Amino acid sequence: MGSTSSTLAKIPNAEDLMQETGFTPAHLVRLYDRFKVLDKDKKGFLTPQDFVAIKELAMNPICDRIIGAFFTSGGETLDFPSFVRILAHFRPIDKNRPKEPTSPDPINSRSNKLKFAFQLYDQDKDGKISRHELLQVLRAMLEKQVTEEQLESIADRTIQEADLDRDDAISFEEFRKSLEKVNIDHKMSIRFLR
Amino acid sequence: APVMWYSLRVRVKGRTLSGSEGSPSTNVTSNSSTTITTLPIVTWKWHHVETPYLVALWVLVCWLCKLLAQLNARLKSFFPESGLLIICGFILGGIVWGADKAQTFKLEPRNFFYFLLPQIILDTGYFMPNKLFFSNLGAILVHAVIGTCWNAGAVGVSLWGCYLGGAMGDLNIGLLQFLLFGSLLAAVDPVAVIAVFEEVHVNEVLFIWVFGESLLNDGVTVVLYNVFDAFVSLGGSKINAGEIIKGIVSFFVVSFGGSLIGVAFAIIISLLTKYTGKVQIIEAGFIFVLGYLSYLTAEMLSLSAILSVTFCGVCCQKYVNANMDEKSVTAVRYAMKVFANGSETMIFVFLGVTAIDNVIWVWNTGFICLTILFAIVYRFIGVFTLTWMLNRYRLVPIEVIDQLVMSYGGLRGAVAYGLAASLDETRIKEKNLIISTTLIVVYFTVVIQGLTMKPLVKWLKVKRVEPTELKLIAKVNNRACEHILAAMEDIAGHYISISDLIFDTYITWFLMKPEARKNKDYLFSIFHKLNLEDAVNYVAEGEKRGSLAFLRNGDRTNVDFDKKFGMEFSGVMPDITSELDYGIDNVPMTSIRRDSIPSVSLDIHEQDMKDMNEDFNAHHLLQQHLYRSRKNHRHKYSRSDFKINQSEDEVQEIFQRTMRSRLESFKSAKMGVSPAKKITKHPKPSQKMSNGKSTDTSKSYPYGDEDFEFSEVDSAYSGDAAAAGGSSPMRAPPYTVGAGIENPAFMPEMDTPPPPWLTEVETDTSVAPSQRAQRQLPWSPTNLQRLTPLRISNRSTDSFVMADVPAAQDSPEEPPEDGSQQDGTHM
Repeated sequence: MGSTSSTLAKIPNAEDLMQETGFTPAHLVRLYDRFKVLDKDKKGFLTPQDFVAIKELAMNPICDRIIGAFFTSGGETLDFPSFVRILAHFRPIDKNRPKEPTSPDPINSRSNKLKFAFQLYDQDKDGKISRHELLQVLRAMLEKQVTEEQLESIADRTIQEADLDRDDAISFEEFRKSLEKVNIDHKMSIRFLR
Repeated sequence: APVMWYSLRVRVKGRTLSGSEGSPSTNVTSNSSTTITTLPIVTWKWHHVETPYLVALWVLVCWLCKLLAQLNARLKSFFPESGLLIICGFILGGIVWGADKAQTFKLEPRNFFYFLLPQIILDTGYFMPNKLFFSNLGAILVHAVIGTCWNAGAVGVSLWGCYLGGAMGDLNIGLLQFLLFGSLLAAVDPVAVIAVFEEVHVNEVLFIWVFGESLLNDGVTVVLYNVFDAFVSLGGSKINAGEIIKGIVSFFVVSFGGSLIGVAFAIIISLLTKYTGKVQIIEAGFIFVLGYLSYLTAEMLSLSAILSVTFCGVCCQKYVNANMDEKSVTAVRYAMKVFANGSETMIFVFLGVTAIDNVIWVWNTGFICLTILFAIVYRFIGVFTLTWMLNRYRLVPIEVIDQLVMSYGGLRGAVAYGLAASLDETRIKEKNLIISTTLIVVYFTVVIQGLTMKPLVKWLKVKRVEPTELKLIAKVNNRACEHILAAMEDIAGHYISISDLIFDTYITWFLMKPEARKNKDYLFSIFHKLNLEDAVNYVAEGEKRGSLAFLRNGDRTNVDFDKKFGMEFSGVMPDITSELDYGIDNVPMTSIRRDSIPSVSLDIHEQDMKDMNEDFNAHHLLQQHLYRSRKNHRHKYSRSDFKINQSEDEVQEIFQRTMRSRLESFKSAKMGVSPAKKITKHPKPSQKMSNGKSTDTSKSYPYGDEDFEFSEVDSAYSGDAAAAGGSSPMRAPPYTVGAGIENPAFMPEMDTPPPPWLTEVETDTSVAPSQRAQRQLPWSPTNLQRLTPLRISNRSTDSFVMADVPAAQDSPEEPPEDGSQQDGTHM
C-alpha cells in the first residue's frame, strides 16, 4: 500500500467520491487497495465471480443476495465508485452532522441504511416485501430442519405483525415502523479502518 | 488403614512424595532381613504401592464425584457443577477427618501449582479463539492490569482501614500484609469463570473479556504477590522509592518475560511438529510435554508461568493443527480436554476436602464479611469504570447488563487459595486467618455467585426485553443485518498492514509444513474453480470426449489432501473457518472489531418467554432456528464441550447450501447450452476435484457410497435415463433401487433462488433442457456432501464402471472411516 496521497491520485474522481460518501482519504485508499486485491484479473472492474471467490462469504446464508446488491439491474461489472457507494452505507452515522434540510441524506443515514436492508428482501423491487419474497429470505436464513409449514407460519405471522394496511405485504414504511425501536446505527455499521 | 495413614502422613496425591517419607517403621520392615520361615505365596505389599495407589485412588474418587454431580439433572440445571464438587469434597474431607482426626489430604500448593494447574491453562490457551482474543486484547489488558491492581489495592487498603478502625479485633497484621492479601484475592480465576459461564451463554465479546482477563491477570497477581511478599520480608522501613520502582519494573519483566517464554516454546512446538511426520503416533505427546516445560521454565525463572503456558497454547495452535496429522490433532484435543477436565474436577473436590480441617480455621467475622463485601463492591466499581472508559472507543457500547454480568462473574478460585497456602507463616503470622478467609471467599463466589448467576441474568433479561418486545420482522432483520455486516466486513477486507502481512507470511513459511501451507487455500480454491467458467470447460471437454469418465491423474498433490482431509469433516471445515481465525488471506487482524451488539442470552429464558400460542411458536422458532452469524457464539470456548458446538454444523449447512445454489444457478443459466454437469473432475492436472463439503455430519443423507448416490441423482431427475444421446457409460441402467429415498436436499428446484445477477440475465429458465442435460449430475460437489470420506484414491478411476454394480444401497452407512482405498472418490 503506497502512501495515501500517491494512491489517492490514482483514484479517479476521488474528491467527488469522498464528498458523496463521506469517506476519508485513508478510507478511500484502503478500499481502493481492497478493490484491486479483489480484482484478480486486473480488469478494472469487479464481477460476481470475484465476490464469489471470497471464502468467508460462502459461509453466509444470504451471500447471494448481498452480492446481488452490488450488481443491481443485472449488470455484471462493478466499478470502483459503485463499490464504494454501496460500502458507504455502512459507515457509522455522523452524529455531528449539521442538519441541512435542503441537502439530500448522506448515504449512511438511518433511512438509507434501512432502504439498503429493505432492498435485500425486496428482490423484484416493487417496493413491497411480498409473502413469497419473505419466504425466500426465511428459507435462506433458517436451518434445514425447519419444515415448510413452519416456514409458512412464520412468514404469515411476520407479515401479520408488520402489515398495517392489510395488503399482505410489507412496504418500506411498514418496515421502517417495525424497526423504529432498533438502533440501526449499531446494527448496520462497521469500522473500515483500524 | 487408619493406622497407616497416621504413620505415613501422605500428602495429597502423594505424587511429590519421594516415598522415603514413609514412616521409618514400614521402611525398616521392608528392608530388614526379616526372618521368614517358609516361602510366602502371597504377601501384603502395601508399602510398595502406597504412594501411587493413593494418588490413583484419589483421582478415581474425584472423577467419581464428577459422575455423581451429573446424576441428578434437575440439580445440575441450577446448581453449578463446581459447587457440587466442592460439596463432595466436604463429604470426603469429613470422612477422612472422621478416620484420622486430621486432614491428611489437603490441597498442597505445590501439587496444585505444578500438577493440577498447568494442563488447565494449556487447555484454555490451546482452544482460545485467537481472532477474538487478539482483536479484544486491548480491552482485556485494561481489565486485567488496571482492574486487578485496583482490586488488590482497594481491597487491601480498605481492610486495613477497617482494621485500624477496630472492626476486626486484634490481629498481628500490617498494611503490607493487607495489601498482600488483597493481591492474592484480586485475581479472577479462569477455572471458576469458565465453569460458571458455560452455563450462561453470553455474547462473545463479553465472554472473551472476562475469560481473557482471568488468564492474563496472573501476570499482575504474581507480580503483586511477590512484590508485597518481598516487601513484607524487607519490613516496612526499607521500602523506598527505589523498591517501588523495582516493583513496577518487575511487573513488566515478569509479564512479558513469561509471555515470551510461552511464545518461544510455541515456536519450538511448531517447528518440531513440522518434522514429526514420521512419528505420528507420538507427535501429539510433544504438545503436552513442551507445554508443561514452558510452565516450569517460566516458574524456574520466577516469571509468570500461567502467562507462559497460555501464550504457548495460543501461539502454537494454528501451526500445530496445520502440521500434524489429522488423527494427532484429534488426539491432542481429546487428551487436552481429559486432562483439563480431570484437573479441574480434582481441584474443586480438594478445595472442599481441605476445608475440613480445624487447624486452619480462624474465624474472624469482621474480617471475612468485610473481605467479601469489598471484593464484590470493588469489582463492580472497577468493571463499570473501565468499561465506561472503553465504551467511548467502541462502535457499539457494552451495555449495562453485560457489565453487570461481567462484574458478577468475577469469581475467585483455587489460584487464590494456592497463593494463600504458600504464604510463609513465620513472616505472616495470620496465615491461617488468611487461608480461612480465602476459602470462604472462594466458596462464596463459586457457590453463591455461581448459583445465582443464571437467575440473575434471566431476571435482567426479562426486564430488559419485556417492554421492548420486537416484532418478528425486526428480529429477522436483526439477524439479517448481522449477516450483512459480516459479509461487508469480508468484502471490505480486514485491515491488515503490510508489515503484518509480511510477518505472517514469513512466520508461516518458517513454522508450517509446506504441504500444509498449500492445502489451506487448496480446498477453497478448488471449490471456487468449480463454479462457472470451469464448469463450462469441463462440460465442453466432456462432450468432446463423449464420456465423463475422466481419469484421475495420480497427481502427488492429492496425497496430502487425502491425508489431511481424509476422514472427518472436522478436518475440512475448520480449515476454512480456521482461515477466519488466523488465516492468511484476509487475515483478520487486531484492527477490526466486529463490535457486537451485546446480548446476554439464555436458552432457558427464551423458552419461558412467551406463552401465547402462535406468537410463541413463531418467535420461538425464529430464535431457535435462525442461523447464527459469525459474531454469535461462533467462538465459544468450552471446557467440557469438545466440539465447538453446532456452529460448525451450521457453517457446513450454509456452505453447502450456498454452493449448491450457485451450482444450481449455473445449471439453470447453462441449461440450454450444455448439460450443466457439476464438475467433479477437472481435466487440468493440478486440479483435483474435491470439495469442501465432505462429511455432512447430519445423518439426513445416509448414503453409503457413490453408486447409491448416483442412482439417487438419477431418480431425482427422473430424466430420460435411457435417452442418453451419448455413449457415455454414465447412462445408467435404471436404478430402481435407489429411487426409493427422496433426497429433499437434492431436489431440482432450488431452495434458494438463483443469484440475482443470474436471474436478470437468464430469465427464461423454461428452456427445455436437452436430454443430455436432463440426465444429470453424477458427481456434483453437492452430492458429495453425503460422502463421508473425502478420499482420493489412487486406485480404480472409473466410478462409472462401478456404477453398474449395484452396491449396498440399502445400508446407508458411512463407509469405514479409515481412508482405505475404496472406490475412487470421484469428487
